[in-house]
Amino acid sequence: MPERNKTSVLRFENVTVAFDGEVALHDVSFEAFEGDSRVILGAAGSGKTVLLKVAMGLTKPESGKVFVFGKDISRMSEKQLFDIRGKIGMLFQESALFDSLNIEENVAYPLLNQPSIQCPRAEVLPRVKEALEFVELAGTLEKFPSELSGGMRRRAAIARAVVTEPPLQMYDSPTAGLDPITAHTIMALLIKERDVSQATTLVVTHRYQDGNLIANFRYNSKQGALEPAQSGEKEKLRTTFMVLKEGRPVFEGDQDSLEASTDSYISKFVKQRI
Amino acid sequence: MVASEGGDLTYLLDLLKEPVLAAQEFFVLTGRAFNNIFRRPHYGDDIILQMDTIGVGSLPIVVMTGFFSGAVMALQMSRALADYGQVGRTGTLVSLTLVRELGPVLTAMMVAGRNSSGIASELGSMKVTEQIDAMRALGTDPVQKLVTPRLLATAFMLPLLTVIADFVGMFGGWVIAEVFLNLPARQYWSSVWRALVWDDVTQGLMKPLIFGVIISLVGCYQGLRTTGGTQGVGRSTTQAVVWATVLIFVVDLLITKIFVSGGA
Repeated sequence: MPERNKTSVLRFENVTVAFDGEVALHDVSFEAFEGDSRVILGAAGSGKTVLLKVAMGLTKPESGKVFVFGKDISRMSEKQLFDIRGKIGMLFQESALFDSLNIEENVAYPLLNQPSIQCPRAEVLPRVKEALEFVELAGTLEKFPSELSGGMRRRAAIARAVVTEPPLQMYDSPTAGLDPITAHTIMALLIKERDVSQATTLVVTHRYQDGNLIANFRYNSKQGALEPAQSGEKEKLRTTFMVLKEGRPVFEGDQDSLEASTDSYISKFVKQRI
Repeated sequence: MVASEGGDLTYLLDLLKEPVLAAQEFFVLTGRAFNNIFRRPHYGDDIILQMDTIGVGSLPIVVMTGFFSGAVMALQMSRALADYGQVGRTGTLVSLTLVRELGPVLTAMMVAGRNSSGIASELGSMKVTEQIDAMRALGTDPVQKLVTPRLLATAFMLPLLTVIADFVGMFGGWVIAEVFLNLPARQYWSSVWRALVWDDVTQGLMKPLIFGVIISLVGCYQGLRTTGGTQGVGRSTTQAVVWATVLIFVVDLLITKIFVSGGA
């Protein structure tokens, strides 16, 4: 459904991906607009991570087209993709911080290496510090990833993903393997980043409560905490839910429609709204 | 009968598919790694770091291997030469064997065991923890950043390590000649020096250069194709050492044949 006055940021057109004959994504189509939030739910192996990697151009689709900021990336060379990737921030499932670099070097990496980002040397350290302060890890500049806890690594990886202030941000299972308190802290950071930068946000998760937070909470910059969004604000948040099952999209719509679904697979993910 | 033959052919082709694909991927990686030598950006710091890890880090093991292989060669050869009353030529045999064969091959084997496995496990771990994907996502070509520096560092350092191993091996031979064979030092070193011609030196440097390329590329290739978590990393590491070792021997035979034919 084409949206009025909104720029399309990410569009999948009948995308199919297969590995060694095994279909990972089958005929997936959707469109995300500027400033939208999209929560992608699904069981393990349902193709959630593959979907993000296809959106990033890390995996090529077997058929179909992927448009990022209006450009078809499905047939682009690796070199051409570097320009597009400069506009995307991605949090990987395992954080994927570089073991051999300290946190400062990890967070500075996109500023120094993204060909499309021309960051003057003098500005690198202040921006790294700002990004680390944003995720409340200001004192870890000299530490190596192995010296941090799982939650701290995830936060450092968020800092690396957002340090370039990309207009499209993708988070792969940001709360996987974390305790409930740390998971809430991570989700609060994601929402804070979304509300501060007004970026298009894709969150892949198998936890419905993560999607619920994204759809119904906003960051209060005065209080420095999350708070429930008022009814008028919810319209602004515009969160779309999508459910994947064995590589196929089985649901796409808002939270009310998701909760109203009687599908047994979808029901497994959905709990009543907090 | 015809159907059976057709089935056999298909089965045979299926069996060949994987090794042919692996060979193709290996040569593509090799091409990209060499191509990147002439393309920007160049990761000078990574090359220096790898030279330190591969070259300086391998020095103790290479020195020890060189010393003892030279000493053993002197002992073995002196026994054989004694039958002909030519113990005085022990230095000649030690020198020729070390420079032409043992120096390059043993050094390459040590570096393969130490570094091909190290490269495969490091890159393999990066692959399974999505660090390679992250590198691509953050605007870096993993071949340019990870493979080319290792290729250059190994190809540069292995000949240097081989020269050191050769000299230490000759020194080991001299210790045996002095202590057990009662050969005057002057006679030993003179026979060592006179035995060598430029052809031997060329062969002795050409081999480690090519072995260095093999060791680094096999390690990188196995690391970058790692799948299956930590178990996969272990598998890649083993594969890297096995394939690097086998290829070193195969290529050693080819180079030796070229030099022997050339000399003849």
